[in-house]
Amino acid sequence: MTTVTLPATHASEGWRYAPKAAVEALWPIEAEEIVVPAGAEGALDIVLEDGAGDEARHLALDLGEGAEFSLTLVNVAAGARYARICVEARLAAKARLTIGAVALAGGSAQVEIVTEVTHAGPDAFSRQVIRQVAGGSGQVTYLGRVRVDVGADGTDGAQSVRAMLLSPTAQANARPELEIYADDVKCAHGCAVGELDRQALFYLAQRGLPPAQAQALMLQAFVAEALDGADEALAARVAGQLAALTEAAA
Amino acid sequence: MTMLTITDLHATVADKAILKGLSLTINPGEVHAIMGPNGAGKSTLGYTLGGRPGYEVTGGTATFNGEDLFALAPHERAAAGLFLGFQYPVEIPGVSNLQFLREALNAQRKGRGEEPLNGGQFLKLAREKAALLQMDMEMLKRPVNVGFSGGEKKRAEMVQMGILDPKLAILDETDSGLDIDALRICGEGINAIMRRPDKAVLLITHYQRLLDYVQPDFVHVLAGGRIVRSGGPELARELEAHGYGALEETGA
Repeated sequence: MTTVTLPATHASEGWRYAPKAAVEALWPIEAEEIVVPAGAEGALDIVLEDGAGDEARHLALDLGEGAEFSLTLVNVAAGARYARICVEARLAAKARLTIGAVALAGGSAQVEIVTEVTHAGPDAFSRQVIRQVAGGSGQVTYLGRVRVDVGADGTDGAQSVRAMLLSPTAQANARPELEIYADDVKCAHGCAVGELDRQALFYLAQRGLPPAQAQALMLQAFVAEALDGADEALAARVAGQLAALTEAAA
Repeated sequence: MTMLTITDLHATVADKAILKGLSLTINPGEVHAIMGPNGAGKSTLGYTLGGRPGYEVTGGTATFNGEDLFALAPHERAAAGLFLGFQYPVEIPGVSNLQFLREALNAQRKGRGEEPLNGGQFLKLAREKAALLQMDMEMLKRPVNVGFSGGEKKRAEMVQMGILDPKLAILDETDSGLDIDALRICGEGINAIMRRPDKAVLLITHYQRLLDYVQPDFVHVLAGGRIVRSGGPELARELEAHGYGALEETGA
């Protein structure tokens, strides 16, 4: 087991929005190492749900040549809680990594998803679909970097980040980044922060859905892409959390 | 008891007065048609009765089955039996028609103190109403109105109406965007669902053609934010023949 190095200052990118006191109390954070051997396949769900105290997880993924891994992250907090999931991944040649993440923050919670995906060999593939929802005075943060090493030609990496704000005091931080040191590379990142469509909400209300339920239904649709491939039980748990978040905001 | 009594209704949209003293009474069992030139306030009337945000009531009253309509939130108006058919039904990506309608129906039932329908009961109901409008059940599994043609959206609205089973349907230009066959199917659907002694319909339309299928008991002309003339079905044919301009010349 290795431990993560404590950032010397707040200026360290992956920690720029983290509350210092909470991070100090959680220290040291152990890196959970996952090695996926060449040609192997794997999948993992990580769910941080409300009710626990402050939490921070750090995954160190190492994908061998041609290995495939699918990661589903669900990070939910309300009240005054800090919850962080950080994924550091290294992809050898032809490895494939998909990350689907749902982050929900209510109350005055701070919810973070941090990723650093390194394409170390040629022809590797990575997809990140991040959906964030913040209500109350909650704050959701995504800091994600795709790094393409020298020689990692044929890289295909994409990040799709969207955030939905349910209240004027909610906050979303999103910073998808590309760092590319190879020539023949296909990388895309997109980022959008918005509010639920009012016209659609009225349409749902006119058919009989109370405001919180109408919001929850639209948010289920909003996060669905990040849960593509996740099992139904997990999707149902997320739906329950969305209902709780919109009820609390109502 | 009357179904809907609107008295001296004034409403503004973005601080602009649109409805200026509109009065109208609808009894159970009646079909009313409101016609009128563009910009007269026809759609505003529907949205104001439905409670759309931004449509502000600045004067007058509306009583719906004995209740003060304007004291209710939009979803409570729906649960009380008010259905608004949209001129431009909204697309909601990612939300399936069936999930949306089941949640909506059960929310309405809960609001009325009734037991929710289970999955099987709901599907049976949905299948029956889809068949009535000749709509493929597969379309109801798709996201709400996404990728539907104009005509399909209007038919989907009528399927929704059939499933939700309202007391009063306000249908805003349900005939626009429909070809002749779809117009007939929608017209017959409206009759099958709403032509009952305990239900009523308010059709908002520009044209006589929907009224050939859904024959109104009363026709009203809305102009300048008020009802300027009321009559029987013959009034619609007169308007079709001579236009609204002729009406304004002869005076209300």
